[in-house]
Amino acid sequence: MTTGPLAQLRERRPSAPPTVTALPRWRMPFSWTVLTALFLALVLANLGLGAFDVGVERIIAILLGKLGIDIGVQYTSAEEAVVWVIRVPRMILAALVGAGLGVSGAALQGLFRNPLADPSLIGVSSGAAFAVALSVLLGLTSGAVFIQPLVAFVGGLVLTLGIYAFSRSAGRVQMATMLLVGIAVNALLASAISFILSLSDDGALRDIVYWILGSLGGSVWDYAVTAGPLILIAIFVLVRQAGALNLLTLGDAEARHLGVRVERSQFIIVTAAALATGAGVAVAGVVGFVGLVAPHLVRLVVGPDHRSLIPASAVSGAILVLGADLGARTIFAPAELPLGVVTAVIGTPVFLYLIHRARRSLAMGGW
Amino acid sequence: MTTNEPVLRGEGLTVRVDDKTLLDRASVGVRGGELLGVVGPNGAGKTTLLKALSGDAELAEGTVYIDDRPLSDFDARELARRRAVMPQSSYLPFLFTARDVVRMGRAPWEGERGESEHGAKLTDYAMSLTDTRDYAVRAYPTLSGGEQSRVTLARVLAQETPILLIDEPTAHLDLRHQHLVLQLARELASEGAAVVAVLHDLNLAAMYTDSSVVLHRGAVVASGDSQEALHPDVLSPVFGIEFVLQPHPELERPMLVPLPASVSHDRG
Repeated sequence: MTTGPLAQLRERRPSAPPTVTALPRWRMPFSWTVLTALFLALVLANLGLGAFDVGVERIIAILLGKLGIDIGVQYTSAEEAVVWVIRVPRMILAALVGAGLGVSGAALQGLFRNPLADPSLIGVSSGAAFAVALSVLLGLTSGAVFIQPLVAFVGGLVLTLGIYAFSRSAGRVQMATMLLVGIAVNALLASAISFILSLSDDGALRDIVYWILGSLGGSVWDYAVTAGPLILIAIFVLVRQAGALNLLTLGDAEARHLGVRVERSQFIIVTAAALATGAGVAVAGVVGFVGLVAPHLVRLVVGPDHRSLIPASAVSGAILVLGADLGARTIFAPAELPLGVVTAVIGTPVFLYLIHRARRSLAMGGW
Repeated sequence: MTTNEPVLRGEGLTVRVDDKTLLDRASVGVRGGELLGVVGPNGAGKTTLLKALSGDAELAEGTVYIDDRPLSDFDARELARRRAVMPQSSYLPFLFTARDVVRMGRAPWEGERGESEHGAKLTDYAMSLTDTRDYAVRAYPTLSGGEQSRVTLARVLAQETPILLIDEPTAHLDLRHQHLVLQLARELASEGAAVVAVLHDLNLAAMYTDSSVVLHRGAVVASGDSQEALHPDVLSPVFGIEFVLQPHPELERPMLVPLPASVSHDRG
């Protein structure tokens, strides 16, 4: 218990009991139930649907079979191979890439105090794309399966930290400066990538464009177990910053006066967002719109408090990418659509709808 | 119950932006139990002085002390429990409710025993003192400027610090709420708080503050007891307009009545 001037004043001059009407209590649990149900349905759909369909009870039997539990449902070894070797790692990556993008988007929107911020703004995606394009042009990516993701990951992280360092002056980073530097660098790298494309032969051109458009087609267990933990760690770190993010939405100075070590939090948030996005981009290529849309989608139902917004954005990001990848695999099967194209096609109308719905509160100045 | 030594003092505070000196070797101090007003015309450096005292402005020279310890000695959380700062305006791009915003003022105390209950009580109390309880669940960005300003004040009060720095708490407020807010600042001072308030209205300053600092072009031209510092002889050259002192019909403290330039010219 603290006793300061206010508590003392309250002793002497108590106020009438509060007449505060609370927000409806059912809203939070309801929102979480809907999100969880959607997520689980999409997990099963991603495991079951494709070139040939596997029923729910067989999926469960295969997964439990891997744990050594036999529930007495028969399945073929072909079904087992498709589900366990191909679809499970791909589903895990889709969920984690989406969760990472959603969480990064939510955290960066709070940090930049700008609802239009998204993970690409801090340069992760363009840094990764540039690094990949350059390495393909120079013929560095042939052979080992891990080279390209590693190049992308390092490229994204280096560029983000570079932008961060450039925006620093006198020990403080102006978030508005970082936003502008990010926009400028993104534009420069877009041109640089176009230039590299113009120099590339047909094979390299295909490789680069295919990578930039994004795909989970190359998902293997090796990717899931390397990128996965990185993304999970970054999400965990950002969840722990939720309290600081709430205060940072008031402004840097205000957060500092409320006890936040602002520079430390800024660095942690930017780095974790770059990590979550970078690991995702490394294995899936550039997946646009998820980082922007996922937080908005759930802000409507769980509210602006980052303590619920960040976890909810993880789930809504996972839902978006699981849905998009399912579409990418099945709409024109056996041909695959680029994942980035599907997320844009889904993301844009969703975003426009959100803006349409929010236009009244937007006019008043807030999301 | 005024303490003898200042709990917050700034010595020789100088703030420069490029070549322009916004604050020129300003020294101020405020004691526990004291309400200190900072007055001066536009651009005199009132907000800069507050930012210097709060550590927001980079000092070219000078040091700020809290309890005789330099500001840089404190870690962020320790400082947030000692001192709260109310900014002139608070832009918030997300739809937090007014109560959410006030509750953020409790952040420095999070993790203390009994804080969730105690914090909720103080949040409600701060809102009732600032007359903001009626729109507790309305979204902050949808409130009017005056309402936002009082919610922000409630947030700063909820922080429960013995030192308060408030920048123009009465801006955007209607007459009743201007007095309500300064009355509140008075009461907190009588509970032992040290309050520094930037004030635009000289009569509000004269009516409520114990002492005043008068700023002119970045320098302190007068400081001390408000009855002496807020005297026409001091204020006329600073504001470039004549004042006369007029006894208040009800109160002991006199009112400052400005004279239009034409009148003072005729008399001169």
